Amino acid sequence: MRKNLKSLRLLFALLAVFGLVAAACGDDGEDTGTGDGTETTEPADDPCVVDQDALDAAIAAVEEGGTDDTDEGTDDGADLDGSGMRVGMVYDIGGKGDQSFNDAAFEGLTRAQEDFGFEVEDLEPSAGGENRGELLQLLADEDYDLIIGVGFAFEEIIAEVAGNYPDITFAVVDAAPEADNIKGLVFAEEEGSFLVGAAAALTTETDHVGFIGGVESPLIQKFEAGFVCGVHAVNPDIEIDSTYITQPPDFAGFNDPARGGEIASSMYEDGADIVYHAAGGSGGGLFETAYDNGDVWAIGVDSDQYLTVGEPQNERILTSMLKEVDVAVYGAIEDFISGDTAGGATVFDLSIDGVGYSTEGGFIEEHVPTLEGYKSLIIDGTIEVPDTPGS
Amino acid sequence: MMRRIALVLAAPMLAIVIALAVSSVFLLLADVSPAEAYGSMLSYGTEADSLVSMFNRAIPLYISALAVAVGFQMGLFNIGVEGQYRIAAVVAAGLGAKLSLPGPLHVGAIFVIAVVIGMAWIAIPAILKVTRGVHEVIATIMMNAISFGITAWLLGGPLKATSSGSSLILGTDQLPESARFPTLNWLVEGLGVEMRPGSNLDGFLVVAVLLGVAYYVLVWRTRFGYEVRASGHNRSAAEVAGINPKAVVLKTLFLSGGVAGLIGLSYLLGSSPYRYDTGFPQQYGFTGIAVALLGRNHPIGIAIGALLFGFMERSSQILDLDDIPKEIVVIMQGVIVISVVIAYELVRRYRQTQQETAVTKATDLSPHEATA
Repeated sequence: MRKNLKSLRLLFALLAVFGLVAAACGDDGEDTGTGDGTETTEPADDPCVVDQDALDAAIAAVEEGGTDDTDEGTDDGADLDGSGMRVGMVYDIGGKGDQSFNDAAFEGLTRAQEDFGFEVEDLEPSAGGENRGELLQLLADEDYDLIIGVGFAFEEIIAEVAGNYPDITFAVVDAAPEADNIKGLVFAEEEGSFLVGAAAALTTETDHVGFIGGVESPLIQKFEAGFVCGVHAVNPDIEIDSTYITQPPDFAGFNDPARGGEIASSMYEDGADIVYHAAGGSGGGLFETAYDNGDVWAIGVDSDQYLTVGEPQNERILTSMLKEVDVAVYGAIEDFISGDTAGGATVFDLSIDGVGYSTEGGFIEEHVPTLEGYKSLIIDGTIEVPDTPGS
Repeated sequence: MMRRIALVLAAPMLAIVIALAVSSVFLLLADVSPAEAYGSMLSYGTEADSLVSMFNRAIPLYISALAVAVGFQMGLFNIGVEGQYRIAAVVAAGLGAKLSLPGPLHVGAIFVIAVVIGMAWIAIPAILKVTRGVHEVIATIMMNAISFGITAWLLGGPLKATSSGSSLILGTDQLPESARFPTLNWLVEGLGVEMRPGSNLDGFLVVAVLLGVAYYVLVWRTRFGYEVRASGHNRSAAEVAGINPKAVVLKTLFLSGGVAGLIGLSYLLGSSPYRYDTGFPQQYGFTGIAVALLGRNHPIGIAIGALLFGFMERSSQILDLDDIPKEIVVIMQGVIVISVVIAYELVRRYRQTQQETAVTKATDLSPHEATA
């Protein structure tokens, strides 16, 4: 018995040591120089900080020009006929029903199907996503005319499959591999994130905001980089807490509302009053925490989460970074049906409203002119938003 | 003899029948005809490409199940195979890409790295087990968690690709040609079967078969194997017979960890993009436990179990095309494993009572007196 106790004690001691080691490693990974960025970066060198006069001029110009929202003209295609065609789609991990990225792709596909009347097949990969390639191949073997992969993880595998099926057109969301028969649909997430960062900086009362990333992958780092840049553009002294829920290859961070909520709660306790998430399904925990806290804000991502999250939690959703995956998917299908089967990358950035911010709820109404000013400065290249943190 | 063979086959067959029956219930609940679902699985799953894919899927499962089965032979439960193979794979891929050696040597070096890391990862639980009596289940589970953390750290830090082919996918450097494993496509073509472009029969199949043979010889044809099995059956009897239990525990666990280190290599060396990245397959370690149970720790049984799992996973892909929920296959796999365990237990008890009656008859005692 005593021996057992001793071994138990040893086990606990060892566990404690491992715990400390693990915690130390974790810290290293999480502090990707965002909190420290305020101290080390001289405002003058910061590419995000713009001359106030330039900003004022831009704001004035935008107001004069009125809203220059160009109609994307997606409805013009209603007379195109896609009947007899077959479009296949392979989702990323999480699949249909994730209320986020995959669902946006599904929405684009469904809308296009309603307008053009083609046949649709959509597939979900296994939990680990290992069979993405096999699913693409399955659709290719069934002679689908257009095959869409949803997610950056398809970048290489779709190029490989597409090489074997030169007569089929492929499309991939969030990646742009070079091939004659692959349409790459990529987004300037950093530009949209810049604008919600600016909105957060204009709204914060504690001069302290937060960012929660789902998984610390290069794609999600684009969101962080843009957000940090936008915050600092307004006020370089605002403190930013930045955390990722998991590290790759663990992709659980995109679907862990409990952890999302815990992190949000610690950020709010730490003094942040606005938290932006790019964490897919984990964002649900953030919204819940923000709502429970009452006097703090959350910022949504990808779709207009003020509309998708619903009442009453959306009372605390300040704005959302819009990433128009559905528009991109719709557009790619429309192009294909109208005869454009060639590959090539399309960047959905601010200039074509591929990304943006939401004003739903009316919480940032007063800042819209300023945000539009920033937007025009990004479009004309005055501000170059970095796409990696700490650069 | 015939009766014995019938008994051996009865259990797995019974299990599969039960699994099909239970899955049928769920399919009917989902308003799908079971016959249609099984029919399309069977016809898609027996296409040439599907059979090739079935073998490819079975390879890592087979190796994983062997790693688990080595431990099972002496009553040790290495539940840490998952952690062992992942960390072994990331280190083997990262270091392997930095080496430049001629072909076979390069592959050999990667094998050695993987085996050593797999063993190193089980060293702590093994030493804790023999020195302090810490249960290997607890220790290896804990080591899993640590492995996942360190693997993530290695992937994002020290072993991250220097010459990145892709800006978005996090991975190690690509292994050079010399480190890659040849395919067995010539074998498939030699059989007159045509595959679609992009399909390859993984050359690692040879490694899996060799490991299976080695496992058989080691466990049933060597002194060490005898010691392992003896300790597994009755530890105190083995000890009295002069077997050093600690040494056997250590050797068995190291063997298990070493084999576990090889699980990920079929993916790394045999399939594009030849590196450890965020798409690296997970869960082989846990699925391997189910396969080892299914195969009753016998190399042939495990092979059948691994192929069955490979077949089910591959053939389930067609179900989505027919609007049938493919999750049914996960239910099937679970039910098969549970029913196999139960079926074997039933068969074991049946045999035991038969033996007892035989003994009773032989000693010419009435059953009442014999049990009293």
